[in-house]
Amino acid sequence: MTKKIEAPLTDSDVEALRAGESVLVSGKLYMARDAAHKKFKDNPPFDIKGQILFYASPTPSKPGAIIGSVGPTTAGRMDAFTPALLDKGLKAMIGKGERSAEVVEAMKKNKAVYLVVPGGVAALLSKYIKQATVIAYPELGPEAVQALEVVDFPTIVAIDSEGNDIFEIGKKNYSR
Amino acid sequence: MREISTKKITETVKNLCLEAGVDLPADILDALNDALKTEESPLGREIIRQIIKNAEIAKKEKMPLCQDTGLAVVFIELGQAVRLLDGQLEEAVNEGVSQGYHKGFLRKSVAADPLIRENTGDNTPAVIHTEIVPGDKIRLQLMAKGGGAENRSASRMFKPTSTKDEIEQFILETVEKAGPNACPPLIVGVGLGGNFESSALMAKKALLRPIGRRNSGFDTCKWEKSLLDKINKLGVGPMGVGGTTTALAINIERRPCHISSLPVAVNIECHAHRFKETVI
Ligand code: SF4
Repeated sequence: MTKKIEAPLTDSDVEALRAGESVLVSGKLYMARDAAHKKFKDNPPFDIKGQILFYASPTPSKPGAIIGSVGPTTAGRMDAFTPALLDKGLKAMIGKGERSAEVVEAMKKNKAVYLVVPGGVAALLSKYIKQATVIAYPELGPEAVQALEVVDFPTIVAIDSEGNDIFEIGKKNYSR
Repeated sequence: MREISTKKITETVKNLCLEAGVDLPADILDALNDALKTEESPLGREIIRQIIKNAEIAKKEKMPLCQDTGLAVVFIELGQAVRLLDGQLEEAVNEGVSQGYHKGFLRKSVAADPLIRENTGDNTPAVIHTEIVPGDKIRLQLMAKGGGAENRSASRMFKPTSTKDEIEQFILETVEKAGPNACPPLIVGVGLGGNFESSALMAKKALLRPIGRRNSGFDTCKWEKSLLDKINKLGVGPMGVGGTTTALAINIERRPCHISSLPVAVNIECHAHRFKETVI
């Protein structure tokens, strides 16, 4: 049975997730990447408690479309900002690639998870997005902060709240 | 002399951009379908299935395969018996890129200056490589190269006395370090020999070779096969979650070099290999 989660997340929602599990995410995601993080630092323009951040920026939407193609960007570029946001109650992040040791420590301390979605499947991922609203920094164009409503958005737990890391575990399991 | 208008070049480049952004080449799709049969990790198989599904949706709905629609890299083989009319070649190519990225709702991903980083707004300038060749035709190849994979590329000047094993180690290390950030399954291009810049160019050109077509040199062909096997034993797997499909192909090119050098360049490409070509 694939697990399902929906924000706002509690400690126990997060503690139930294990690295390597598939998780379907519904409800609200906040989309923000480099330029937005640089602006809001540890003070995001929304209440971050229990919420999920999605590191991404879409291609331009075609007329009438909810959003363009949208997929994860490299999460590691946000590492410097992340521990402070975790201290403020951020519970989950969605991106691609590895995270720093500081981020993993802050995740363990604050009970948070890091989820990944494949890069390069942005047309597919856009189908799970039912609504997209710019909530801050429209001047940043594709990097504006958007609130997304998603249904059963397919993710994989990459790093769980105990610090188990699928990139290490997976490599160990399949290297010959 | 055959006369060709640069307007024809603009039109062609525009169409190549439009197609490349949404249509995953057939050789990549075939390789992904093959990988689905051999990938040992269930999570890895699930990711490959998503990549294939994504390609179907992108093609049908003309949606970009990936949100990073890349920097346009254009290879031109210009026949020496062609006379170009109506303007300048590079301007015509950039105009084609600009029109294609606008028309296709593709993301504009070019910073005007590496330090000031203001977006140019139309995904130009493209990186253009022109070669003069015999004949009266123009061959245009366009690769829209994503940043995540490009950033994981590496080059190193080896000693002429370095061994094949040392070079192999460098290639494997580069692929392993590329890891999840480069969006595996990867295509790996290697340029061996030449000088500093030509090794990098060879590595990039190696990515243009269709999957499954091996280097025509017997030794290099054998090396490509054994290296692909070693790469896929690293365990990185699709998106780095562990698995037996880390790369779909490794293509190696080699050429003569100075007696005191042995340059090696490794260019990393993600599975979202946006590549189209045509001949005018
Ligand atoms: S590396 Fe390739 S697949 Fe991954 S996000 Fe960049 S362009 Fe897309």
